Amino acid sequence: MRKAIITLISAVAFGVTGQAMAAGGVEIPKRDWSFQGIFGSYDRASAQRGFQVYQEVCAGCHSLNYIYYRNLMELGYSEAAVKAFAAESEVEDGPNDEGEMFMRPAVPSDRLVKPFPNAQAARASNGGALPPDLTLMVEARIGGPNYLYSLLTGYTDPPADVEVMEGMNYNAYFAGHQIAMAAPLSEDAVEYADGTKATVAQMAEDITVFLAWASEPNMEERKGMGMKVMLFLIVFCGLLIAVKRRVWADVH
Amino acid sequence: MSTDPQWKNPVIRWVDDRLPIFTYMDHEYQQFPMPRNLNYFWNFGALASIVLVVMVVTGIMLAMQYTPHVDHAFESLERIRRDVNYGWLLQYIHMNGASMFFIVVYIHMFRGLYYGSYKAPRELLWMLGVVILLLMMATAFMGYVLPWGQMSYWGATVITNLFSAIPIVGDWVVTLLWGGFSVDNATLNRFFSLHYLMPFVLFAVVGLHVVALHVSKSNNPDGIEMQGPQDSVPFHPYFTAKDSVGIGVFLLFFAFFVFYAPNFFGEPDNYIEANPLQTPAHIVPEWYFLPFYAILRSVTFDVLFIPAKLMGVLLMFGSIMILFILPWLDTAKVRSARYRPIYKFVFWVFLFDCLVLGYCGAKPAEGWYLVLGQVATLYYFLHFLIVMPILGKIETPLPVPTSISQAVTGSGGGGAAGATAAKMEKS
Repeated sequence: MRKAIITLISAVAFGVTGQAMAAGGVEIPKRDWSFQGIFGSYDRASAQRGFQVYQEVCAGCHSLNYIYYRNLMELGYSEAAVKAFAAESEVEDGPNDEGEMFMRPAVPSDRLVKPFPNAQAARASNGGALPPDLTLMVEARIGGPNYLYSLLTGYTDPPADVEVMEGMNYNAYFAGHQIAMAAPLSEDAVEYADGTKATVAQMAEDITVFLAWASEPNMEERKGMGMKVMLFLIVFCGLLIAVKRRVWADVH
Repeated sequence: MSTDPQWKNPVIRWVDDRLPIFTYMDHEYQQFPMPRNLNYFWNFGALASIVLVVMVVTGIMLAMQYTPHVDHAFESLERIRRDVNYGWLLQYIHMNGASMFFIVVYIHMFRGLYYGSYKAPRELLWMLGVVILLLMMATAFMGYVLPWGQMSYWGATVITNLFSAIPIVGDWVVTLLWGGFSVDNATLNRFFSLHYLMPFVLFAVVGLHVVALHVSKSNNPDGIEMQGPQDSVPFHPYFTAKDSVGIGVFLLFFAFFVFYAPNFFGEPDNYIEANPLQTPAHIVPEWYFLPFYAILRSVTFDVLFIPAKLMGVLLMFGSIMILFILPWLDTAKVRSARYRPIYKFVFWVFLFDCLVLGYCGAKPAEGWYLVLGQVATLYYFLHFLIVMPILGKIETPLPVPTSISQAVTGSGGGGAAGATAAKMEKS
């Protein structure tokens, strides 16, 4: 048994060291998120505010490639509201009967319309830097939601001995501290529909919740099923242990 | 194998006369004698075969939705996770299943090392196990490339480049692996094809492993052979019941990661689509390859006429190849570490050494980590090449029990053996 425990610990330790090693040496403060823990779920009000921040602030440069308009219904929007969101943008469709491509308003089964048609166009508009797709941003960074929140609130004046390069901005949490993206959030950058005060911290939190949802929309289903599976397995293990004891009773 | 008279059903008799599968199953999985003193470490072989089946079933279903093309692979995975019914579940089971497979197999192997399960007459059984490990590693490596994330791409680039260290034919081999002049669509396609093929090869070798096991029978914690019915219990119901407990507990462990920490064993970088123009800050393999990765990177100097890179590759493959000759490197007559006081200590040192190698493999190969990795690599080989042969000659083993029933009951075991024999007639 001792060996099993040690081996399991080592497997766990490898996982941890494997993940922590690329952290870049900056300590990321931990925050509490509604979607953490075994019963965690996405705070819908916060995620909806986050979607508003995405639309009004981020969507100018960042795509959300793997999200369809229909997915937004999972955030609590009605079908009519989602149709209205979609119809605000135009997508290219076709070819039609004459063989021509044409523009039409987006529908819920379309992907969120990208700000730029391709990476080259995105770079050309952003001083050579490519704004990454945000769908998986929370899963694709060490520290996940904590990193994203820290990054968005981490724009400070550079220390005296640091010279920030042309076109770059100082950020306490970005690897190398020089990031092409200018501070995206400023006090009251959006006017929240629900009247929440739009501080930088509030907006950073809301967009993080929204992007956490975007990175794994099935998280709640996963945890819900997990609870059933674990409870079943615990009872099942109890039965198996009882059977084993009964079978082995006359050997021991 | 003639038909057992116990089959009364005429259809079963008819089949069994022509193809004795019922008699075979009865013989190998019902009556099959198992040492009565096995502990729970003997569950891990059964667990490994369960994981293999889980991996094959989930893998076949994932392959129905996956697109092996550089432009679509990453996206098809997101589609599986988001839009395919229970696709997220299949993908998380398959992804974590790889880690589970290695956890189970590594415990299985260290159990063999501790109790001397690789010694005569089980050398071939052990060697087939090493073949299984090699096949698992190749399968896992190619499977990790399929999501076409940053670590997939760069891991594939680093590992396939190793083959360029082979003198003369190296570059040719690398081009063959790639199907071109870099890791690209052709590479992804052949890796997908081979990743689908290899588990079935694995199944075949596992079959041989089991046949070999059923010839030599299981080793046991005392490392002595069964001498008669008083030392054994039939496989069914005793080990069907005991293996079921292990499977239940293992499934709990597995399910915890699938449902509550699905990305625990993974790298965040693999959620970024592969980009041949941007190298990640640290390229690390999956955790189960870390000790071997540390060995690979430990050689920083040319050895005689052998370049450092080739030497690293040779040592990395050598670290597994050496397991093939372990049955002959270990000169001790006594199998189990239970009766080998010095080997018992040496075993834990070796296990610790493997953990140190894993730790170094996860760290950048520089400064202190590099030195530690080099020392651990040196000890890894010393353990097999020096310690094992010498220890068998100089160690004085503790008195080994004369029989398993004596070891279990602490005496001649007349009464207990009688009870077991009676039970066997009953079942």
